[in-house]
Amino acid sequence: MPATPAIEARQLVKRFGATTAVDAISFAVEAGTVVGLLGGNGAGKTTTIGMIMGLTLPSAGEVRALGVDMARDRYRALGRMNFESPYVDMPHRLTVRQNLRVFGRLYGVSGLEKRIETLAADLALEPFLDRPAGSLSAGQKTRVALAKALINDPELLLLDEPTASLDPDTADWVRGRLEAFRRDRGATILLASHNMAEVERLCGRVLMLKQGRIVDDGSPDELIARYGRNSLEEVFLDVARAPAEEGAR
Amino acid sequence: MTLLSAEMAFSPKRVGALVMRYLYLMRSSWPRLAELVYWPAVQMLTWGFLQTYIRAQAGASGVGGAMAVAGGTLIGALLLWDTLFRCQLGFSVSFMEEMWSRNIANLLISPLRPIEFVAALMTMSLIRMAIGLVPVTLLAFWFFGFNLWGLGLALVGFFLNLVLTSWAIGLAVSGLVLRNGLGAEGLVWSVLFFIMPFACVYYPVAALPPWLQTIAWCLPPTYVFEGLRAAVVDRQLRADLMLEALAINAGLMALGAAAFLALVDSARKAGALLSMGE
Repeated sequence: MPATPAIEARQLVKRFGATTAVDAISFAVEAGTVVGLLGGNGAGKTTTIGMIMGLTLPSAGEVRALGVDMARDRYRALGRMNFESPYVDMPHRLTVRQNLRVFGRLYGVSGLEKRIETLAADLALEPFLDRPAGSLSAGQKTRVALAKALINDPELLLLDEPTASLDPDTADWVRGRLEAFRRDRGATILLASHNMAEVERLCGRVLMLKQGRIVDDGSPDELIARYGRNSLEEVFLDVARAPAEEGAR
Repeated sequence: MTLLSAEMAFSPKRVGALVMRYLYLMRSSWPRLAELVYWPAVQMLTWGFLQTYIRAQAGASGVGGAMAVAGGTLIGALLLWDTLFRCQLGFSVSFMEEMWSRNIANLLISPLRPIEFVAALMTMSLIRMAIGLVPVTLLAFWFFGFNLWGLGLALVGFFLNLVLTSWAIGLAVSGLVLRNGLGAEGLVWSVLFFIMPFACVYYPVAALPPWLQTIAWCLPPTYVFEGLRAAVVDRQLRADLMLEALAINAGLMALGAAAFLALVDSARKAGALLSMGE
């Protein structure tokens, strides 16, 4: 019997008034893999992630995460997944430790203090564990947000531009931690990004989005070969600059 | 059945986690704590001195009647109005903390159910209201000899009804902010003042034109303030008023909860929950 995909979208559509943000996309993400959603601004990446979490309701179609219909029954899956985005903050006046305690309890994490200590060691949070989250640098905040996203040891991790606004060194460090998490936990990661280096390094498969549609799908190497280019960035530019009607290959 | 049970499952631990988050916040800032007491105290002192002045004037001139009634109930009315207002603020401001810190998406993608979120906000409304008002009721006794606690059983009825009204309004306002973003923030502070003239806080319902009296009797706080005047001036416990207010409050709570859930659903349809802001 084939394993249930970690994520499965069928003819997923999201319209905001006259604008179609996501246009009948279908895809499945195999458990234990890292898949990138690659596309420019307004391609529909964040809207797709919002629907996968059940935070945004589809206009049509269906999305299932960990086998659960997220539009109708998301509470059956939410405890087994998590999310990180630089556009969502944590309470600024609470210390890092307090924030992690609150989220740990919301997720029903057992042995919470030990879990916080482990995450603090893994993500190098110890020096600022008792400082207010609002007083941290962008890099430190990203590490804290990542700790929050990992607090429940999720089977499915959704990341929306996780290294946006980070310097190259910190971004590289964060990618290393994500790789380690996926390897050790066997988790599934869906990563929305327009950072090509990040996608090439982390993702075994890339879904290329343009104007709400999946215009291509393959591993970074396959895409580079298919477009006859030298890097994923060149592929991205090809896709971004091609007329919309060319669609999928 | 499974669908319903997952949606409706209630965990006191998750409620406790969210209450802990607000208590951490409160503890982190003494100005926030001081502010809870500051405005109720300033208002009580102002209205208390006015009440003392009116009573003295009414006594000296032998006017009595309406002046004496007004003079006898100002502090009590103010304290009960503040119970309503502070309780609604306690609910709504706790909710606004999530909006201001851009944390709302983190909560909504966690296993926290809407009913648990609301239970945490209700708990915080009681905690914030108690911190703000208990010291002020003691001040009122010390300065003006007005003992709110001396109202006994009547106070339980007043309190219960005002808290229920504040929660119903808090639910609807929080839903509106969730749906419309921080642009709707002003409602948190202003919405109760819209009903204030019709709730007859400082004057009897009879002071309103007849057509407005009908509107006034649709508002549970009107029953509470009429009940207060009956208790303070006539030494009467008007259980009938409290029961009628309770019945209206039951309807208001159902409407508030339905509005909140409908607005959350509408925000999900509009994709507003991942892009909270102005």
